[in-house]
Amino acid sequence: MQALTTRAKVAVNKKMSFKERIYLPAIIGGMALTIKHFFMKKVTVSYPEVQRPFAPVYRGHHVLKRDENGAERCTACGLCAVACPAEAITMVASERKKGEENLYREEKYASVYEINMLRCIFCGLCEEACPKEAIFLTDKTVSSDYRRDGFVYGKDKLVEPMDKNKRIDVSKRQTPEVAEFKKHPEYAHNKLNNKSLNA
Amino acid sequence: MITTGFLIYKIILVVVVFTISLLIAMYSTYAERKVAAFMQDRIGPNRAGPFGLLQPLADGVKMFMKEELIPTVSNKFLFILGPSVAMFTSCITGAVVPWGTSLQIGGHDYPLQVTDINIGLLYVFAVTSIGVYGIMIGGWASNNKYSLMGALRASSQMISYEIAMGLSIIALVMHTGTLSFREIAAMQTGWHWNIIYQPLGFLIFLICAFAETNRTPFDLPESDSELIGGYHTEYSSMKLGFYLFAEYINMFISSAVISTLYFGGYHMPFIGRLGLSHNFEAILGIVFLFGKIFFFIFFFMWVRWTLPRFRYDQLMNLGWKILIPLSIANVALTGTLMWLFHRI
Repeated sequence: MQALTTRAKVAVNKKMSFKERIYLPAIIGGMALTIKHFFMKKVTVSYPEVQRPFAPVYRGHHVLKRDENGAERCTACGLCAVACPAEAITMVASERKKGEENLYREEKYASVYEINMLRCIFCGLCEEACPKEAIFLTDKTVSSDYRRDGFVYGKDKLVEPMDKNKRIDVSKRQTPEVAEFKKHPEYAHNKLNNKSLNA
Repeated sequence: MITTGFLIYKIILVVVVFTISLLIAMYSTYAERKVAAFMQDRIGPNRAGPFGLLQPLADGVKMFMKEELIPTVSNKFLFILGPSVAMFTSCITGAVVPWGTSLQIGGHDYPLQVTDINIGLLYVFAVTSIGVYGIMIGGWASNNKYSLMGALRASSQMISYEIAMGLSIIALVMHTGTLSFREIAAMQTGWHWNIIYQPLGFLIFLICAFAETNRTPFDLPESDSELIGGYHTEYSSMKLGFYLFAEYINMFISSAVISTLYFGGYHMPFIGRLGLSHNFEAILGIVFLFGKIFFFIFFFMWVRWTLPRFRYDQLMNLGWKILIPLSIANVALTGTLMWLFHRI
């Protein structure tokens, strides 16, 4: 059988030799090791001042995207809620009124969209399930809170700002494979190029 | 004999020694955390003040602010007496350590030592063995099995190691011929440090010093992981602070004692040849002594973050079956060598 580690040693209940019994050589060896580490480079990252870079595909805080005209892409189809293994997403669908065309992309929209960040396991299945390219996970982390109800994020925290300069860039999450896959005619209504997504 | 000037000089010296021991103990806690961190490839406390230098203050404030709990089943008088004894004994040991030669101000000679009693070594031993009572009383008064266990371990450990320590000191006394710290320190000019004549005695003394101050690898009385703090399990607030603080003062004082007894105290080789003024040399001596003390405090920490804790039977084996015979052999060896070289 192959050993699980290269550092495995066979334990023998033998009597210790004189050198081992006086302990001192082993102690000096150990102290040499610790003093070596004393001068080594430290691995600590001083967090708030120094932040380690996130991977572009990091799965953090969700965002609900708007289209190039600033209308919400979400149509409250509920596929994300179905896909969610942690059952963290709930929503209430409403019908778009006349004059709200600039707010909502299609006739149906989510008047309430809530993600419970304590339930969410940040697996990204909602992002995968979304047929409208509306929900994405971003490299922003979810902040801490003192109360549980503070973790239920509504549309106020999820929908990206209307201002075009403050839109959240998710183009890095769109790998060439994903973009290619979504060029299929079935998805034509989403106008699948990065430009329109990030406009 | 006792004049006002003499009294003022002694009071100033006492206050300065007391303050310095407290200050060093305070910053030893900071140093301990930094050393631990560095040896584990971390950077340690760095939030309170620049480089975390205000951390000990923050810890002190925290200790004072904590709720003061005295268990109902405990003996209240003994419960308070325990940490007081521990703190008191660790503070008064510094009295006999010579911190330097002497300062000459206005024709008077002011030795830098609180008191030069001719049995200084015995005094240190007496006081440190009273220190056991602080731990024993605290553990007993808590009325808690873990505390009692810790206290029992502490007292048996300290009693066993005091014997070997005393025997190692006997060899040193045979060599130096005095029990006075001042004379022992004054003797070690140049390279005539006692470590050269008493290497084995030094090793035994060092190991026993670790046991006496309850430092790892002999921190069985505390044993955070098995006795949840041992004798101070039931203590909170500043009474706990006193116990923890006493340990650091003990560490400082034992570093000072080791430096004085075996490493030449305030002496440094070659410094006498430079022909410096007496006062300047005395001040340099203080600096040298503190350099040695800081090295030993670092050494205490270095060992703590290298070695695991001894098992109880290993501790007793080491104390009774190895260190005591070894120190007796050291006494015999010293005597034989002195007889051979006609130094008696």
